[in-house]
Amino acid sequence: MSTADATADILERHIPALRRYAFALTRDHDTADDLVQDCLERALTRWRLRQQEAEVLPWLFAILRNLYIDLYRRRQRRGVHTTIDEAIGIGHSVDQDSALDARDALAALDQLPEEQKSLLLLIGVEDLSYQDVARVLGVPIGTVMSRLSRARQRLRVILETGRHAVLRRVK
Amino acid sequence: MSGNQRPIGDDDLQAYTDDRLSGDRLALMTAYLDEHPEFKQQIAADRRIRDVLRAQLAAKATEPIPTRLRIANIRAARRSLWAGRWRAIAAALVLFGAGGTSGWLLAQIQHPPASQPSSDFARTASVAKDATAAYRTFVVEVAHPVEVDAAHEGHLLQWLSKRLHHPLAAPDLSSFGYHLMGGRLLPADSTAAAQLMFENAEGKRLTVYVQAANGTETAFRYGRIGDAATFAWIDRGFGFAVTAAEDRDRLTPIAEAVYRSFAPDESALPRIGN
Repeated sequence: MSTADATADILERHIPALRRYAFALTRDHDTADDLVQDCLERALTRWRLRQQEAEVLPWLFAILRNLYIDLYRRRQRRGVHTTIDEAIGIGHSVDQDSALDARDALAALDQLPEEQKSLLLLIGVEDLSYQDVARVLGVPIGTVMSRLSRARQRLRVILETGRHAVLRRVK
Repeated sequence: MSGNQRPIGDDDLQAYTDDRLSGDRLALMTAYLDEHPEFKQQIAADRRIRDVLRAQLAAKATEPIPTRLRIANIRAARRSLWAGRWRAIAAALVLFGAGGTSGWLLAQIQHPPASQPSSDFARTASVAKDATAAYRTFVVEVAHPVEVDAAHEGHLLQWLSKRLHHPLAAPDLSSFGYHLMGGRLLPADSTAAAQLMFENAEGKRLTVYVQAANGTETAFRYGRIGDAATFAWIDRGFGFAVTAAEDRDRLTPIAEAVYRSFAPDESALPRIGN
């Protein structure tokens, strides 16, 4: 098998996971595939720059995420975006008895900021190690753990109240 | 299990939720949950949410992938795109070669740099502003981030140097993980500016901007517009700016490396490739 074929083999194996992550971020099938296509193009041009010891999949997720952030930023400049409400309460105590309707967890996820979304997707759905997620997000592993806890709490609150709970910031 | 174990933390709770605890920590966590059953509900809720998310997204990872995402097709599309782009760039270079340099000189004579900002501060600020505007315009470009790519680095630098009337050598930022993608020429007041674009393996981009500017030298000036951080300075008639979506601590050594690469000692400048 030629080197080009071997590269194609490795990259194509990861396409389903890349499409799933891209779709969860964008919630639009075409935009998601555009992002995956850009991601693969960039991966091809930078294949040799990639650090050899690094795993391919986290590296691809990092490229895809940067492209998504760029796209989001461009849309923001054009004014085609919905603002993410940052005002949800941190430290809001969870009502243990309230029924949790998780039927549409994906829609609830949409209400989180990108970084919290990526954390929950890469860990919960894509099964990346905490270390790999730290690499994708470019933050220390301790930060991954604390932000993961906060992201889960926030998603729980959203699903428990059945709406985007806007609480006073208690920090 | 000894009594000297590190206490249970929020990180243990998260790792337990993800079934990623093992050995002593798992035993410790299990014992902890028996004493504090109130956390069990939270863990169950987080796991249920995760399972629903997985289920909602499962179909996406099993549907057939679109043909356009096949690597062979992406490679073929890139080849034809480049062939077209090179013809356009070659044509543009012929135009520059014919009338470029003399036209630029003439513009310099007829329109000497009009704006002479009063202070060093204002001049550095103006370089930083122009650099940031150029960064924001081109850093998000997917199809045409650069006019001439790094594969033709020698030619690119010779071309930009000629247009700026200053020997320009691309700084080596590989120790920071950034590699030269290429560059482009931009208008700046009545003169020209060059933008060199770098990229790291994760696709983050950084630009080095060089523009003719009045004055001798200034200190580094740091500024941030949105997520774009910039270090700008003026040295021997040129304004320099390094811009990237990095924090100040990460950008500082990069700016210093760029400064050193345009070192005050003329002879210390790396030679320009052919």
